[in-house]
Amino acid sequence: MIAFFQSPIFANLAYIFASILFIFGLKMLSSPETAQRGNLVSASGMLIAILVTLAQNEIIAYEYLLAALVAGLIVGVLASSLVKMTSMPELVALFNGFGGIASLLVGVAEYINPSSSTFIQLIAISFTVLIGGITFSGSLIAFGKLSEIISGKPLILFGQKIVLSSLLVFALILVLELIFSTGLLNLSNQSVLFILIVTTLLLGVLLTAPIGGADMPVVIALLNSYSGLAASSAGFVINNNVLIVAGALVGASGLILTNIMCKAMNRSLSNVLFGGFGGTSSSSSSTGEIQGEVKPITAEDAYLILEAANSVLVIPGYGMAVSQAQHVVRELGELLEDNGCEVKYAIHPVAGRMPGHMNVLLAEANVSYDVLAEPDDVNPLMETIDVCIVIGANDVVNPDARENEGSPIYGMPVIEVDRAKTVFILKRSMAAGFAGIDNPLFLKENSRMLFGDAKESISTLVSEFKS
Amino acid sequence: MESQALLVLLVFVLVLSIFLGFELINKVPSTLHTPLMSGANAISGITIVGALLASGGEGTFSSVLVGTFAVFFASINVVGGYLVTNRMLKMFKKK
Repeated sequence: MIAFFQSPIFANLAYIFASILFIFGLKMLSSPETAQRGNLVSASGMLIAILVTLAQNEIIAYEYLLAALVAGLIVGVLASSLVKMTSMPELVALFNGFGGIASLLVGVAEYINPSSSTFIQLIAISFTVLIGGITFSGSLIAFGKLSEIISGKPLILFGQKIVLSSLLVFALILVLELIFSTGLLNLSNQSVLFILIVTTLLLGVLLTAPIGGADMPVVIALLNSYSGLAASSAGFVINNNVLIVAGALVGASGLILTNIMCKAMNRSLSNVLFGGFGGTSSSSSSTGEIQGEVKPITAEDAYLILEAANSVLVIPGYGMAVSQAQHVVRELGELLEDNGCEVKYAIHPVAGRMPGHMNVLLAEANVSYDVLAEPDDVNPLMETIDVCIVIGANDVVNPDARENEGSPIYGMPVIEVDRAKTVFILKRSMAAGFAGIDNPLFLKENSRMLFGDAKESISTLVSEFKS
Repeated sequence: MESQALLVLLVFVLVLSIFLGFELINKVPSTLHTPLMSGANAISGITIVGALLASGGEGTFSSVLVGTFAVFFASINVVGGYLVTNRMLKMFKKK
């Protein structure tokens, strides 16, 4: 009986079962009602895959792997329970990097294992190392930019594209040498592998560093896809179906998210990756025919307008995350609803630092998910809305995207708040947004600026309502 | 199994899974994109299967050592990824 559980046929059947659980888990993510159970289904698939592997005859020593498992478990539990919801993008980037390095190491371990690898396995090993390395160092750079350890500005070196393409060619030569062992490079196999790892790490850095902080949602989604590809490729190294299926699912998911983010910014993926967008250079390209003046408003006056409003639309951006204003925003929303006003939240796909970032923060603050809307849902009704409250968002409400052909964001789908009756813009100062582009919304006739920290401003509004 | 036949089978599985992935993920609403990402990220930790085989299997000291590090990183990815996704999804409520 025990022999059966150790047999490869049992393991393979269990791996298929685990794949089915992953698929069902993702399927259940299609609705917020079933999503949490879906995640548990997916997690149990993972548990089954791990337990079955541990039961295999091939595993002869447990002390190292158990120590590593326990250590990883502790780190994972601590990191996931201590992280603040606003820091979620950084954490996801970091975890993603760990997935990449794990796949890379699996490839390396297989390569230095004395049992000879087949031709196909050698190709798979090279590919795993390449993608895994790029995922790892790229994710670390994304982590650094998101947590502001390193500057969010695009770092463009002289001759970036030439350096990148020569590195890529060099990496391909190393890959060919690994596969065919021609000996032409006059290096041992192990040194070739080592140089390849260093090259891929460098490639990951050079690919991510030129991308501005505002484009990080795209980068995380793309790196997410890479980590899936690396896992899938590791599946070819060890001839294992579950790695291939799970990796492909993740790869597809990352690609879809990347595509959604690019569409939401009206830019191609190559423009995001190599455009160096979000630097200081783009601000000078605006045509400078902006007319009007900034009209500040006090919280007291803003309260009087809100009190009389029948419909309010809240547009959150990264500024809401920075000032941790989501809880007071929800409180204000509830007070408005008690006052007979209809409150909705419009969330742009690229608001925040990762796809769906704002939704998570509002969910944390107990905002019901059925009042969260997408730009396409709210834009046609914009004229009927009394007050739009823009909280720390900038580029996603910029009317230049529709009106100014010279603007770098021209053509990007935005939330057209300027068509509402009144717009309140909560902002610290008149500084340009993360993308460094001027925003004529602030000068429009119906715009009122509520300067100061978003959380304090909204708290003042809340206390006005209560008094 | 003959290695060519195995390769064809694995590629077949890969291609079908990619199509399946596109179908599944297209149905996820934008409000759940962050949990989708962290959940998918946890799934990519499946590479832990390969890591366990390298760490606990026959091999040289160096291949076991490399495998052990792989187990460590992959288990952070798996455990952390699923827990953090659960933490987020728990918050999505309808009133």
